[in-house]
Amino acid sequence: MSTVKVYIPRETSSVSVGANEVAVAIAREAGNAGASIELVRNGSWGASWLEPLVEVQIGEQRIAYGNVEADDVPGMFAAGFLEGGEHERRLGPIGEVPYLVSQDRWTFWRVGLIESLSLEDFLLHQGFKSLQKAWEMGADAVIDAVTEAGLRGRGGAGFPTGIKWRTVANTEGEQKYVACNADEGDSGTFSDRMLMEGDPFGLIESMAIAGFAVGANKGYIYLRSEYPLTHTILSRAIETARDAGWLGENIQGSGFDFDIELHLGAGSYVCGEETAMLESLEGKKGIVRFKPPLPAIEGLFGKPTVVNNVVTLASVPNIVNLGGERYAGMGVNRSKGTLAFQLAGNVKRGGLVEKSFGITVRELIEEYGGGTASGRPVKAVQIGGPLGAYLPADQLDTPLDYEAFMEIGAMIGHGGIVVFDDTADMAQQARFAMEFCAIESCGKCTPCRIGSTRGVEVIDRIINGEKRDESYDLLVELCDTMEDASLCAMGGMTPYPVRSVLKHFAKDFAPEAEA
Amino acid sequence: MTEQTIDSKSVSTIVGQYDARPEMLVQILQRIVQGHGWISAEVTRQLAGELNLSRADVHGVVEYYHDFRTAPPGKHIVKICQAEACQAMGSRELTEHANGVLDEDTTLEPVYCLGNCACAPAVMVNGQTLGRVSTERFDAALAEIGEQGS
Repeated sequence: MSTVKVYIPRETSSVSVGANEVAVAIAREAGNAGASIELVRNGSWGASWLEPLVEVQIGEQRIAYGNVEADDVPGMFAAGFLEGGEHERRLGPIGEVPYLVSQDRWTFWRVGLIESLSLEDFLLHQGFKSLQKAWEMGADAVIDAVTEAGLRGRGGAGFPTGIKWRTVANTEGEQKYVACNADEGDSGTFSDRMLMEGDPFGLIESMAIAGFAVGANKGYIYLRSEYPLTHTILSRAIETARDAGWLGENIQGSGFDFDIELHLGAGSYVCGEETAMLESLEGKKGIVRFKPPLPAIEGLFGKPTVVNNVVTLASVPNIVNLGGERYAGMGVNRSKGTLAFQLAGNVKRGGLVEKSFGITVRELIEEYGGGTASGRPVKAVQIGGPLGAYLPADQLDTPLDYEAFMEIGAMIGHGGIVVFDDTADMAQQARFAMEFCAIESCGKCTPCRIGSTRGVEVIDRIINGEKRDESYDLLVELCDTMEDASLCAMGGMTPYPVRSVLKHFAKDFAPEAEA
Repeated sequence: MTEQTIDSKSVSTIVGQYDARPEMLVQILQRIVQGHGWISAEVTRQLAGELNLSRADVHGVVEYYHDFRTAPPGKHIVKICQAEACQAMGSRELTEHANGVLDEDTTLEPVYCLGNCACAPAVMVNGQTLGRVSTERFDAALAEIGEQGS
């Protein structure tokens, strides 16, 4: 019998629920059966609810088995797993899993498909083709394509990427930098992580394209320390790319120099704010800088710097390859292209869903997510991380569109969608928003540093029924102050979740008053 | 598990691996914490000297970041995610449970998102991320590290 390929993700979620143990069990069973297998460690396809998801290659097809536990493996082998045999864990061909097949995989198309750390596999799947095409097109044409695509920053702020790149390109300077923001701190988000773990060479290529476009020869990745497996994978990928001449001086004889340094964060949420991240990359406290000057003009070590989120950068290779117009053809209004939405919290089928903008929250939660994990009704959905508003059930038909969200006092942010069922105490969630801000504030500006602590206190008073009306008015006023006078989004947007609770879930604050 | 002290020679070696670049301070501290658990006042003093920074600068950075402990942790480190996606799946109750069952060998720390939000609640045990952590699964993980530790 010839060697059979078996795919098992090396990805945080999959490993967190037993993928490594399953890999060991499969190797052992294959050994016992005298079968020759090749274990391929890929990224996760994003159906996290099916992890560990194992595939076996049968001809052109990959047959998937979901929620596999190590204890299932002997039974699967007995059922002819290596021939794609029938078993209760068998899902059928991966290309026919409805959750995956209906997505618009522009940025994540290689994630799950290839062996994450195989440069050979990457090259077989268009790897570095876009970088080579960028060299042919020239830097200006690359920036034009990104501008035409209408790509906006996926970290949360939604700033047009093409304009940012053009600014850096036009700024005089011998030394420029690309700084990739991989400090994915918002609860409910993991798309950066899945991209880096599943397609690390793709990020390297994306950063090289950005460097080429703006005239930077050095890139930095600022990765949060909460992602140890990602750190291992990225470190190895950078080393492999360097050894193969895809990073370093005179890449593949093109005359273009570009190298990447990988930095770890140290558990500070606010370091996801771009200027705090730059401070941290310089080895300092992650304290937010005043803007202007913009990082595009004076960024890392005072040099012109492109700061982009992982998913923003990773959207570029296909834009270069297929054209900006094609990307702009997806999505709605000023929200062009796709976003890798992340379904999390109390949801039955959590995971990553890359879809064109314009899909509604309800479609994502019901059609992909399958409702709550508990089976109870949805009470609230927080979108955009800890600074995002809580939407009540009657706002779930809002289309995912940056501007439509702004209209209802919400934001899409990094695309994390966290579902709560009807047991959630929204007053506690509002309190947590203030508490989190108090814990994570960098301390530079007063509204955020002091306001958040006062916010916790005043919410406690409301919950305890002390001077309720007065405290309520004070909280509203405090939200105004924080929103208007904070230096960055940390203090400036903490009021979003708080206000949304006041507006839509006020009775959680005053249960007895209601009764 | 982590060594609880780091000698000055090892600190110098780590500094040397980063070419004594002062901008690598966060990276150097991270390496020390990952290998040895915490940053002592002595290490702060030594780093200031070797990186040509003031002690106040180094101390400020150590104090700023949550990862940089200034006291030795227990033999095992357990972090339970306290952020919203895990809250929606019962992390508050899990934390309460943990507080009841952990002994003094184990340091329990909060963490705000492990990026495992689709498999909530998430917990990190000695650097390993676990998902879908019920109280039973939590106890099983503890039993496992208890066996490894003894």
